Amino acid sequence: MTTLDVKNMQVVYEHPKSLVNISSHYCPGCTHGTAHRLVAETIDEMGLNDTTIGVASVGCSVFTYNYFDFDFVEAPHGRAPAMATGVKRVRPDRVVFTYQGDGDMISIGTGEIVAAAGRGENITVIFINNANYGMTGGQMAPTTLPGMKTTSSPNGRDVENMGYPIKASELLATQEGASYVVRRSLHDAKNIRKAKKAIRTAFETQLRGLGFSMVELLSTCPTNWHMTPNDAAQWLEENMIPYYPLGDYKVHPLVSEIKF
Amino acid sequence: MTRELWKGNDAFAESAIRAGLQAYFGYPITPQTEALEYMSARMPELGRPFLQAESELGAINMVYGAACAGVRVMTSTSSPGTSLMMEGLSYIAGTEVPMVLVDVVRGGPGLGNIAPSQCDYNQMAHGGGHGDYRPIVFAPASVQETVDIVYEMFDIAEKYRTIGVVMIDGSIGQMMEPAEMPPMKELRKEIPDWAVRGGSGNNKRTLTSIYLDPADMEKTNLRIMRRRQQIEKNEVRYKEYFMDDAKIAIIGCGSAGRVSLSAVRNARAKGLPVGLIRPISVSPFPTKLVSEIADSVDNILVVEMNSGMMLDDVIMAVQGKTQVEFYGRMGGLIPFPEEIMAEIERISKGSEPLCDHPRNVWLDRMDSIMAR
Amino acid sequence: MPLQGTIVVDDNLCKACELCVQSCPVHVIALNNDIITPRGFHPAYLVKEGCTGCGICAIVCPEAAITVYREKRAEK
Repeated sequence: MTTLDVKNMQVVYEHPKSLVNISSHYCPGCTHGTAHRLVAETIDEMGLNDTTIGVASVGCSVFTYNYFDFDFVEAPHGRAPAMATGVKRVRPDRVVFTYQGDGDMISIGTGEIVAAAGRGENITVIFINNANYGMTGGQMAPTTLPGMKTTSSPNGRDVENMGYPIKASELLATQEGASYVVRRSLHDAKNIRKAKKAIRTAFETQLRGLGFSMVELLSTCPTNWHMTPNDAAQWLEENMIPYYPLGDYKVHPLVSEIKF
Repeated sequence: MTRELWKGNDAFAESAIRAGLQAYFGYPITPQTEALEYMSARMPELGRPFLQAESELGAINMVYGAACAGVRVMTSTSSPGTSLMMEGLSYIAGTEVPMVLVDVVRGGPGLGNIAPSQCDYNQMAHGGGHGDYRPIVFAPASVQETVDIVYEMFDIAEKYRTIGVVMIDGSIGQMMEPAEMPPMKELRKEIPDWAVRGGSGNNKRTLTSIYLDPADMEKTNLRIMRRRQQIEKNEVRYKEYFMDDAKIAIIGCGSAGRVSLSAVRNARAKGLPVGLIRPISVSPFPTKLVSEIADSVDNILVVEMNSGMMLDDVIMAVQGKTQVEFYGRMGGLIPFPEEIMAEIERISKGSEPLCDHPRNVWLDRMDSIMAR
Repeated sequence: MPLQGTIVVDDNLCKACELCVQSCPVHVIALNNDIITPRGFHPAYLVKEGCTGCGICAIVCPEAAITVYREKRAEK
């Protein structure tokens, strides 16, 4: 193999500056890592390293503050949007975002997220939807698909007893205070690129004071889905996207004019 | 400053503002809603953040966020709301950031009623949320005292990086009394070093209450407990009335103490050697004082508007050195001075040693008490 | 003729999830069975020639373990 001299080559992709260079506790192939990387890239590109305060939530990402090189606070389960509100209201010149999973945001946290969206709180929410409660071992989440087996729905989610999954983007997009609510996916390179653009748009929305922004990221959970990372990516494409269609659910006219 | 007629809830709101309150997040709940409404007008007037949250859960977490950002922040609520806030309070304590809470207590448990009570005593003075910590809890007995204590509480909470609770019963929140407001403090511009403000690298700060390694958790617990020791040494407060030659000591805080004072004055007028200790700090409790009093009095009567919660602190402090009895009204009822007077007269005539816990002795008498 | 590229995988970060292996459009990435990383994984590496520096492997990598280089386009 020819050894290429990297000194004379351009760097096409590298580890983002505001992502701490340590090995994370996330499982191999878990797209939490991908989401973290995209947020870190965005913060770097926008030069927000010293003006951002992140709000961590409870789930696999409870230690997310170890992986970002900027200020963070830790919220109780589900309360991150309220905590972010507290920070943003007293420090409106800072960029404040929450990073939440599906159990955190749309189960125990339903009250807080709906209220924040309703108020048009000028924060950004990164919502990781992997259809189960990962940290506690794979129980049913509000986003678990009908028929999907989890440790607390061992025979598959039975909609008669356990009801239907909650579609967070659709729900929050109906609020007038929500300015940018979109759903993207992290299952392949093309969609990851689109997700990155959406995350950038969300942070730009906040910077311009245009209201509440949320990017829902369909994500894999190889361990609790009992699949390899590649199979999990395929499963997501075949099963989750039909139920949770990708797209822009709310884009305020002023947000659609944002160019970067 | 002139004395003006102030409603308790409005008064503590104004006092907090003068103490340099930088943000208020709250939720309506009787009997403290006037404080929220007062803040909703006054805070925006002064250009300071105010928000009515979606619930007490939302409110306490907004307070948590603002506290992490290093600003003077408070909320106020009443008993059912306090229960909702317990989770947030525990997190705030575990993160070691300061805040002030005013708890305007009403009848309970459950939805209870909107009448005044002291039945949050256990929840606040003996608890405050899960985990190894106790908040500082002061119990004023008048509108002026509430104003003074709220004004000071921000400094105290910040000094110890802890939660400062001002616990009043619903009647103090609702009553109107003359009060003098303290001077308006300038808003602080600097934030404490531990506060998050946006920083990276060596300037990155993380505020969390999770310590997965038990050894790290214990270090945090120890840090919190050592500050608690300082609090117990420095922040005990109480008032004594007619105690110099007292043979019977009434112990009551807040409105229960105030009503008892009327009874004590009546009793003294009749020549009965009775005095009153009115704890202002119930956490830390004036244990040393009560223990010393136990050496010189023959009887202690604890008076509360609950089922006997401060009673347990008194029993512990007295260590069996003298007889402790209890008188309480529950469910939102306030005892009248005549009721306390009847107890004083009963005890003065000579009381048998109790053969059961003072609470049970009182409960056995409750039927006849309620029939009065 | 596409530009030549190369990747450098950080062995401390790679968890051998194989997302890059599957995503590489020219199939030049594999896990290196001769190496075990400090965390116990066989890390990804360029197993043959043909990398174009497209960056897809780095885009799908959840650990940000891959640095992608590409030849600079020749000056006119």
